[in-house]
Amino acid sequence: MLELKDVCFTRDNKKILNNINLKIETDKFIAITGPNGSGKSTLVKMIMGIEKPDSGEIIFDGKDITNLEINERAKLGISFAFQQPVKFKGITVFDLLKIAIGKRITKKEACEVLSQVGLCANEYIDREVNGSLSGGELKRIEIATVALRGSKLAIFDEPEAGIDLWSFNNLIEVFEKMRELVKGTTLIISHQERILDIADEIILMKRGKIEKIGNSKEILEGNIKANINCCRVKKVGENTCQN
Amino acid sequence: MSKLNDELLNDVDEGLLQEVSGLEKLKSGAYNIRKNGQGVERKVTENVNIITKGDKPGINIYVKENAKFEIVHIPVIITESGLKDLVYNDFYIGKNANVYIIAGCGIHNDHHKDTEHDGIHRFFLEEGAKVKYVEKHYGEGDGNGKRILNPVTEVYLKKNSSLEMESTQIKGVDSTIRETKGTLEEGASFVVTEKIMTHGEQFAKTIFDVQLNGDNSSTHVTSRSVAKDNSKQYFISKIYGNAKCFSHSECDAIIQDNAIVTATPEVTANNVDANLIHEAAIGKIAGEQITKLMTLGLSEEEAEQEIINGFLR
Repeated sequence: MLELKDVCFTRDNKKILNNINLKIETDKFIAITGPNGSGKSTLVKMIMGIEKPDSGEIIFDGKDITNLEINERAKLGISFAFQQPVKFKGITVFDLLKIAIGKRITKKEACEVLSQVGLCANEYIDREVNGSLSGGELKRIEIATVALRGSKLAIFDEPEAGIDLWSFNNLIEVFEKMRELVKGTTLIISHQERILDIADEIILMKRGKIEKIGNSKEILEGNIKANINCCRVKKVGENTCQN
Repeated sequence: MSKLNDELLNDVDEGLLQEVSGLEKLKSGAYNIRKNGQGVERKVTENVNIITKGDKPGINIYVKENAKFEIVHIPVIITESGLKDLVYNDFYIGKNANVYIIAGCGIHNDHHKDTEHDGIHRFFLEEGAKVKYVEKHYGEGDGNGKRILNPVTEVYLKKNSSLEMESTQIKGVDSTIRETKGTLEEGASFVVTEKIMTHGEQFAKTIFDVQLNGDNSSTHVTSRSVAKDNSKQYFISKIYGNAKCFSHSECDAIIQDNAIVTATPEVTANNVDANLIHEAAIGKIAGEQITKLMTLGLSEEEAEQEIINGFLR
């Protein structure tokens, strides 16, 4: 359902994404992991259209979406949860959920739909999506805006970032529940074992490239070995970007 | 929309009343409707009396002490192009009374002459009285005559009384200078929330002047505004802490196109226990907000509109 062909992205003479080729199948739960600066966030932003590649193609459901705007991709069925949830002045949780769902719903309906994905927003549905909400609440609302869209491809950019352990444990439960209820493909950047454990596949990224694709056991064990050998290993014969 | 008085109020009038007061709500309490410089309809209640001033245009509104949950509407509508209407309305709120006051001015100007309404409202609150005061300004009409509104609000708050004021000017007012003054005694509270949107060549200036004279008095002044096209806005806030008191003033503006917004905060502490805070933030809509709403399927223009609607709600 999603294919990236030879995708390159360079900024300040640094190859952020170096010739990415990737195919993602329908109805899979895919985790992306890897060290900081390996290009994970840039890769998912490319898919949503928040960043545009310098070269290469992005194909979604057989259609070339490389030059489509963010909202056009959203209408095709791609959603995106930000690592740092965006705050607004005056826009309430309910407003944001209504926009996310794209149709008129009552507060009761919004709360019911939220509870299906393990969230109950009764207490804060009328509050503004601003700094008065806790980091954990903002994260849950951010995740809800994606979960409620019923997308073909739901992207989560490191949902565990910036929240405390207690909130994180609740979030894991949300994802475990979503895994059962939400249809379509999920693409999630994470370093958490519990998330990696429920993934069908894990993509390991390093230095702007896809290092390896495999299951939790293969990636975690392989990654430890790779870390030990990282300074000595040099691959040959790989394609590189022109710029 | 149900009719009030067919002979005195036509559809245009009722449309304006709906914008500034809400017709159904209007009939629920005491009211005084002023049209084109004249009082046209009035209703008083057991606890709220309205008397026409003898020496100058306007009314005195008296709310009895201990009156609870009273509602008073005093809308003004102007449909006569070229009219300059000046009115003085004084509110006397009795001890421990609790009242909701809705004032608003709607101007319909289909002609080339300028139309102006200057409402001078004074509030005298006795001890323990509580008032929520909502003021809405609205302009419409196809003429090139300007729609001008210059409201003055003076608030005198006795011990432990409180007044919460909401003023909204979202559409169609070409020029406005709004002055709001407050004098607070011990334990009094004055909360002001102002929302303004200007576009085209419109001009809006708001001036706040609050004197915190009593211990434990407090004020919160919040201005949220959007300035579009070539419009200009000025926000001036002067707060004087003359006792052990607290104030928080905040000017938050979104600027677009070639608009200009100036915020001038002034806080003066005349007492060592005065705690006075001011915040001002002026800038365009944050790109990340637009991006977020676009990921939910809105176009860039729709996202901007949602952000502004929320900001001014």
